[in-house]
Amino acid sequence: MTTTATLAAPTETSSARKSDTVTDLGAVTAAATSTPVVKASVAAAVPPTPTAKRRPAWLDTLGDYAARILPPVITVALLLGIWELASSQAGASLPPPSKVIADTKELILNPFFDNGGNDVGMAWQLLASLERVLYGYSIAVVVGISLGVLVGQFAIAMRGLDPVFQVLRTVPPLAWLPIALAGFRDGNPSAIFVIFITAVWPIIINTSIGIRNIPNDYRNVARVVQLNGVEYFWKIMMPAAAPYIFSGLRIGVGLSWLAIVAAEMLIGGVGVGFFIWDAWNSSRISDIVLALVYVGIVGFMLDRIVSWIGRWVARGSSVN
Amino acid sequence: MSQSFLELSLVSMAFKTRQGPFQALSGINLRVDKGEFVSLIGHSGCGKSTLLNIIAGLYHCTSGGVLLEGREVNQPGPDRAVVFQNHSLLPWLTAYENIELAVKKTSQGKRNKAQIREWILHNLKLVQMDHAMNKRPEELSGGMKQRVGIARALAMEPKVLLMDEPFGALDALTRARLQDELLRIVADTGSTVVMVTHDVDEAVLLSDRVVMMTNGPAATIGEILNVNLARPRERLALATDARYLSARKAVLEFLYHKQLKAA
Repeated sequence: MTTTATLAAPTETSSARKSDTVTDLGAVTAAATSTPVVKASVAAAVPPTPTAKRRPAWLDTLGDYAARILPPVITVALLLGIWELASSQAGASLPPPSKVIADTKELILNPFFDNGGNDVGMAWQLLASLERVLYGYSIAVVVGISLGVLVGQFAIAMRGLDPVFQVLRTVPPLAWLPIALAGFRDGNPSAIFVIFITAVWPIIINTSIGIRNIPNDYRNVARVVQLNGVEYFWKIMMPAAAPYIFSGLRIGVGLSWLAIVAAEMLIGGVGVGFFIWDAWNSSRISDIVLALVYVGIVGFMLDRIVSWIGRWVARGSSVN
Repeated sequence: MSQSFLELSLVSMAFKTRQGPFQALSGINLRVDKGEFVSLIGHSGCGKSTLLNIIAGLYHCTSGGVLLEGREVNQPGPDRAVVFQNHSLLPWLTAYENIELAVKKTSQGKRNKAQIREWILHNLKLVQMDHAMNKRPEELSGGMKQRVGIARALAMEPKVLLMDEPFGALDALTRARLQDELLRIVADTGSTVVMVTHDVDEAVLLSDRVVMMTNGPAATIGEILNVNLARPRERLALATDARYLSARKAVLEFLYHKQLKAA
């Protein structure tokens, strides 16, 4: 499993700034275009004379929903159909979806059972994994943003640290696990360390790019106003670099979730990674399939959450 | 000997480049009185913006020095507020908050919370932008952004207001309107202004003195023109005023005859 950090800079910021040559006439045209809107609302208040040839509004919204929901539903149905057909052949080594559901009914319906030891419901397995990711990722966020600011702000730190980062970030996450186990002599902190070391590089690198891309104008404003270091950090640096930082955070959370499953396979205990490994050892293939679905959904949700927070925090800062 | 308000003595500036040092400015002497409006004009690349940045303290001149009220300028500060060419408003802050960022620092120990708010609103009104105080820069037109930029600079109560081609990015009509407003604001506030421009009409209309710079490298002051036009000045009346026309001609003469640049 190799995961390379892709350093995607947010497209909004890299796009050229809007030209400043908009005139005050903009307000005039806006006023002009608003008149038909007024007319339209007046017309709507009067009962339409030719008995509505247009489709009613609710049918339109329904159509919009259908246009958005139907394509993914059809895609999933098709894929399931192909899988069902392929796995129903005699001698197929993987179970078809129908069998997966039948086999894992107990797990699906009872996510919160607890029979002690590793024998707990899927919800507990996922929560155990999420907890490790939360710890490792949180440390990565703090350390990553701090180091990113250091490297982005000070050329000397950049020269000293960047070569080290560039080499270390290419080390696959699992390669860190033996070292971590040797250091911590315990599975859980080692898994958390693997998450941390996986997520920290894209956060460092994107943060430093964001800091280095702060327009000189903003720096000059800060200098003229004589902001001190702390004020500069919170009022200029963080908002200006937020779009970059959050693209790093998003890549980081995705990588953490990729790494946790692999790490848990090796350290054992409760967690979705070991659940998959355990299921493989007991030939419960259907359980593996179910776990993969859950892993995918949780990973997707993590990505959405970070992206949503990013958009909320960085609102306004990516446009000029 | 009377001390001048803002004094530049033998200011020279060399930039390090790969081809060795580049002498941008050389031996610039200039005195600006309190309440005076001085423009720096010259062909692009002559170092007029560099000179402004040296006064602002954003650059350090390699030799010579700048004195403001007898004190040496060696770092940027709100007493020399800058109106940047591209407005430089922070896009994540509203017009009000952009000014607040500047005012909070300069009002420490001088104004309480309510007075700060009042002062920000006063400055927004001065540039007729109080109606848009809660708008972000992206929602404002170019001219409106520059108004807020001017309000931010004025709100710092600078001893000298520095303007770096403040209207350069605006269309002709908006530019003319903002020039008229600047005339009014400067008259109201009695500000001392140093403005960089490449617009001859702008320089003559607004300034008490037009400082014409020679072409680089090693640019220096070529001529200084006193614009002896009474204030308040009216754009339309001046359009046919003989003194205005001759001042304008003198600047054009300097730029296109004596300092013609091979483009």
